[in-house]
Amino acid sequence: MGLLSKKDAKLITDPLADNNPITIQVLGICSALAITAQLKASIVMAISVMAVLGIGNVVISLIRNIIPSKIRIIVQLVVVAALVIIVDQVLKAFSYELSKTLSVFVGLIITNCIIMGRFEAFALGNGPWRSFLDGIGNAAGYGLILVIVGFFRELLGSGTLLGFKVLGDPIEKTGLYSIGYENNGFMLLSPMALIVVGIIIWVQRSRNKDLIED
Amino acid sequence: MEHVELFFKSIFIDNMVFATFLGMCSYLAVSKKVSTAVGLGAAVIFVLAVTVPVNWLLDQYVLQPGALKWLGEEYASYDLSFLSFIMFIATIATMVQLVEIVVEKFSPALYNSLGIFLPLIAVNCAILGGSLFMQSREIPSIGLAFNYGISSGIGWFLAILAIAAIREKIRYSNVPAPLRGLGITFIITGLMAIGFMSFGGMLTGGDDAGKKEEKSAVIEQPATPNEELVKEEVKEEVKTLANNTKVNE
Repeated sequence: MGLLSKKDAKLITDPLADNNPITIQVLGICSALAITAQLKASIVMAISVMAVLGIGNVVISLIRNIIPSKIRIIVQLVVVAALVIIVDQVLKAFSYELSKTLSVFVGLIITNCIIMGRFEAFALGNGPWRSFLDGIGNAAGYGLILVIVGFFRELLGSGTLLGFKVLGDPIEKTGLYSIGYENNGFMLLSPMALIVVGIIIWVQRSRNKDLIED
Repeated sequence: MEHVELFFKSIFIDNMVFATFLGMCSYLAVSKKVSTAVGLGAAVIFVLAVTVPVNWLLDQYVLQPGALKWLGEEYASYDLSFLSFIMFIATIATMVQLVEIVVEKFSPALYNSLGIFLPLIAVNCAILGGSLFMQSREIPSIGLAFNYGISSGIGWFLAILAIAAIREKIRYSNVPAPLRGLGITFIITGLMAIGFMSFGGMLTGGDDAGKKEEKSAVIEQPATPNEELVKEEVKEEVKTLANNTKVNE
């Protein structure tokens, strides 16, 4: 047996597919959609949420026995807000351009329902190590959807991935563009994010019939 | 005039749900029935109308670089803007609590219809988003901030009302099984967002921008074909970039 027991490993793998925070639990959609026009922004967002949720879960789990239950929402908000401020300052210091692209959506991690949801549902009733794993797992499930959406939107919308021109150069007409391929600028507009997520849900639920709602 | 412009702009063009995806969680969770959707929508308008002006004052007199000047000259160099997240969320949580108490005391009927939604609202991204956008768009006066709060709340209200009505009807349609529930709601919202994009042309001053573009195009014509091609491509890139930033805003 390694570092993770089977039960602990399940905490990480479950949210990746069958209990995905976005497609199944319907949490944290606000920020998931608005910043996915570029793959890079999606990845940075996923990492930020992972840091906030992982550390936040540990903090809440450590103080879970001393928080009076009446004011726990405020306590949780303060913990998240403090962590998000740190993430925001780090982003501003090391990649200013990107923090401009993400604009208010870094701040909106505070009200990301995944975070409050996991605090309430898991960290308040479990030890720090398990809470940490749960936070990482759920953030990874969130990040996975973000990266998938970002991948398709950037590839089809601007023909690039992380800024590299993978489909050839649209100006010099190389690669795919030489046979008349055109970028679909519509993918960059916000409504397409919703439709891409809708399609992901469709694919996931047709592969796993148990998830279908009636 | 700027009030009217901001009003329609925040309701239709920068609609919270369709243009920036704020408050999607409650939008999806509470839109199964029209009556509950109306309750939540009203609560959102109410809370936005209270918190945006309060946070505007906070931003203006505490958080902005140099905002502490009114305390004395030696405070003029302070920049507390990094505290805005925690201050805004604290204000919102307190205001929601306060509103709940006041409403319970003075209007039990309203409390019964709004009551259960109020705590939900403290963690609604639309509320914090309203304050953060108010800050990043540098809304100049408290009147405009109040207007912005109310009108973006109305925009959110319209969106949740529309989707709730559609979801009540769609129950009788033959939707493919894997798409039922969440999936079809996402796709419908996407289609509605495309519809709302057509309001983009409503912006006043759009005509002037169009004329300027025409003029520059005329001036550029004498250039050699090669240069022209490059220029056009650069323009296109600028356009997509502009689109990008729009999306990200």
